[in-house]
Amino acid sequence: MSASSVELDVLTAKDFASDQEVRWCPGCGDYSILAQIKKVLPTLGIPKEKYVFVSGIGCSSRFPYYVETYGIHGVHGRACAIATGVKLANPELSVWVATGDGDALSIGGNHFVHMLRKNIGLKVLMFNNRIYGLTKGQYSPTTELGKRTKSTPWGSVDRPFNALSVAIGAEATFVARALDSDPKQLCEVLERAARHEGTAFVEIYQNCVVFNDGAFEYSHKSQRADNTLYLEHGKPMIFGKEREKGIRLIGTHPEVVTVGKGGVAMDDLLVHDERAAEPTLAYLLSRMRHPEFPEPVGVFRCAEEKSYERRVYEQVEEAKKRLGEGDLAGLLQSGEAWEIT
Amino acid sequence: MVTKTQAVAQPIPIQEMETVTIRFAGDSGDGMQLAGTQFSNASAIFGNDVSTFPDFPAEIRAPAGTLFGVSGYQINFSARDISTPGDRLDALVAMNPAALKTNLQDLVKGGILIINSDAFTDANLKKAHYENDPLEGEELDGYQLFKIPITKLTLEAVKDTGLTNKQAERCKNLFALGVVCWLFDRPLDPPLNWIHQKFGKTPAVDQANTLALKAGYAYGDIVEIFPVRYKVQKASLPPGTYRRLTGNEALSLGLVAAARRAGLKLFYGSYPITPASEVLQELSRHKNFDVITFQAEDEIAAISAVIGASFAGCLSATGTSGPGLDLKQEAIGLAVMTELPMVIINVQRGGPSTGLPTKTEQSDLLEAVCGRHGECPLPVLAALSPADCFGMVFEAARIAIKYMTPVVLLSDGYIANGAEPWRIPGMDELPGLHPTFASAGTTGDGFQPYARDENLARPWALPGTPGLEHRVGGLEKKDISGAVCYEPENHQLMTELRQKKVEGIAKDIPLQEVHGPARGKLLVLGWGGTAGAIQSACEAAQAKGHDVAWATMRYLNPFPRNLGDVLKSYKKILIPELNAGQLLTLVRARYLVDAEGLNKMQGRPFLIREIGDRIEQILRGVSS
Ligand code: SF4
Repeated sequence: MSASSVELDVLTAKDFASDQEVRWCPGCGDYSILAQIKKVLPTLGIPKEKYVFVSGIGCSSRFPYYVETYGIHGVHGRACAIATGVKLANPELSVWVATGDGDALSIGGNHFVHMLRKNIGLKVLMFNNRIYGLTKGQYSPTTELGKRTKSTPWGSVDRPFNALSVAIGAEATFVARALDSDPKQLCEVLERAARHEGTAFVEIYQNCVVFNDGAFEYSHKSQRADNTLYLEHGKPMIFGKEREKGIRLIGTHPEVVTVGKGGVAMDDLLVHDERAAEPTLAYLLSRMRHPEFPEPVGVFRCAEEKSYERRVYEQVEEAKKRLGEGDLAGLLQSGEAWEIT
Repeated sequence: MVTKTQAVAQPIPIQEMETVTIRFAGDSGDGMQLAGTQFSNASAIFGNDVSTFPDFPAEIRAPAGTLFGVSGYQINFSARDISTPGDRLDALVAMNPAALKTNLQDLVKGGILIINSDAFTDANLKKAHYENDPLEGEELDGYQLFKIPITKLTLEAVKDTGLTNKQAERCKNLFALGVVCWLFDRPLDPPLNWIHQKFGKTPAVDQANTLALKAGYAYGDIVEIFPVRYKVQKASLPPGTYRRLTGNEALSLGLVAAARRAGLKLFYGSYPITPASEVLQELSRHKNFDVITFQAEDEIAAISAVIGASFAGCLSATGTSGPGLDLKQEAIGLAVMTELPMVIINVQRGGPSTGLPTKTEQSDLLEAVCGRHGECPLPVLAALSPADCFGMVFEAARIAIKYMTPVVLLSDGYIANGAEPWRIPGMDELPGLHPTFASAGTTGDGFQPYARDENLARPWALPGTPGLEHRVGGLEKKDISGAVCYEPENHQLMTELRQKKVEGIAKDIPLQEVHGPARGKLLVLGWGGTAGAIQSACEAAQAKGHDVAWATMRYLNPFPRNLGDVLKSYKKILIPELNAGQLLTLVRARYLVDAEGLNKMQGRPFLIREIGDRIEQILRGVSS
């Protein structure tokens, strides 16, 4: 980079490839996510040295080793808290969290909700495979009720979390869902997340080929059109192979309708508004689950709200304005002092 | 009590005393902490050496009048150097029957007992489990009893300020303070200034408190119930500018000072916990010093954020107490593995579990040294007194930065809340701390995050530095490159390197100081907050001609390099601790010396005589 120009070196996905051998199982959905990240990072206009990837423990949490940026592979559940410290120490950094359904919603649940509430400027990618992969196949907080896993041979008796509902309930300002099986859409969501001020939470449906293969099969290419709903701000909610189906609101309940049938017109469909002042619509969308509904993907909510770090540093500036730049000698002498001669 | 009577022109004679210990005791809502703080301030500003011991219940507002709701503040002020808040009370102010009942046993026979007689109602007597009014019986014979209707006199004094009765009554602590200030000839200016500062915005309250204080002072003068007044001359402390400092204040200032001298932002991540919360509160006031305070959602988040902030280049610190340290241990292991600098303050309290939140103990030493899974060494330091916290937290920061390691600093509830005069250091007395950050230019081709310098410290490479992109984490690291590595020999090597790095700090810390004969019959060895009581007990024994030396330790891991030789120079070693023998265990294991413990676990500091008595016994050849 020349000193006189602010132009950045042109980075490519290759620049973000680390020398570490990737150790995920062949066919794991994590590969797709890694590939899209490496594609998106060079396009954001951020110099490589300003990226920091932070993770906890789990298959997803190996992520930082595989991108050639600064990174911390933390301990189980603590990624959001560690990343908070990084961001507060230096808000100039672009700080990303790679976490999983167990890491973020179980052992790290407390950090997860408080990070969202505070709106700390972190990009949080939660790889949801609805299972514990690294510990070899126990059920997770997003595993469906009744599911047989290694630790639930008679079926799970736990009611699962709906990750997006949790995030919205925790005051998240950016909430999105993406699919490991749809790289293009994943890229778009990652880009949107990267540009959001405050916490950007992205749930990524990720296939664990070894312990929970096909968990999201309904969203794979051949069935995707009928089972997912691609959200677009300001556009009516339409889906289906022929783009013939839509979502209508009856009272406070969504309903699947076919446009042109039973007197349903285009105008009757629900229109997406990711910037609504209240998160009611985003919450309603987060409750739509397969097979009763197509599962929405894309940006559910993107609200403008000052980030936590901005508030923190504004206060530092305010303190300096009011009290003056800190003077150590003055501070030590403050309070009632007396002389002994 | 060392006294000498002096005839003066005043109607009431003044008697000189070298050292006085006084305690204000009352309901937790009676403002005793405030009265005590103001009295110790006035004494310190007057020029005495001062040591204080606040003692309050765990309940925020325990039911009025109950025994468990009594709050006390003890002040020892002296014309000479003192190191403890004093064993026995020369004077006790008891604002109600419960305070009398729970504190009388500490008052010396013949001591001054000031009572708020208005509070000795049937209801209050019952709550304090008195069957008969002690003011009527013989129980208090043998003390100089002064019954003063403090509530009534306070109400009378402030009646024109327009305060409600309830508000007015709250000024009675200042009336009591006024009486005591008169009795011990303290200047009124320091408390008056404080009142104006605190209540200036509400003139009625300002005026009422001022009137109550002055009325108390005048009461002593006019009513002539006291046969003598007392005077404690100024102490001859080293010249300089002084202020009064609690341990927690000293920690806060020390952290700011260290960050400034290192040229770094200070990041303090913490979760509120007694008795460490004041550090978070105090630091949050100093944002203009580039102090970022982060009140985390829990103890684990606090240390985790500190790890992140350290990685990104702040001087980072967290503060907690025992239960919080338990929760932080896994993350501290990560800090050891990633070799990032940070200061972890543990203000110890009585444990285990919730234990005694507001009471002191020294029972986390082993936890600090050995409390994590795996081989997980880190330096452990301790402060000896409230003011010593300043220097020791600064030292902890120095070691953390120089050796790229988390450092645990142990304080305790007694040090945290106690106060003493502190000579304010000049800027030239504070050493510069010099963090060196790696840069692409200095590392040549391919950055090696686990290459080490002569101190075995790895480089600190900040995100944002081009060319130094690297990953740290909890998995074992390959020597030099820092890549994840499970090779058996490498794990052995890295385990030993981490150990050696911490051991190597021994060459960079002062030798253990010993006071008294360099070899002889008995060494009294202590650490942390018991230092004052040990010093006082040993100096008294030495003054009697006993063959005893004493040493109080600030460095607990690694130990000072001369410690083994010191221990071998004495026939007997006594280790008084507020725990069941933790330093004792470490010292015996490390040096194979037959030391013996003196162990107190009552949530209270040692009395000087408890240590003094044991010294006498040992020297008389009595085995423990
Ligand atoms: S266990 Fe599952 S999630 Fe983990 S790497 Fe293998 S396929 Fe991926």
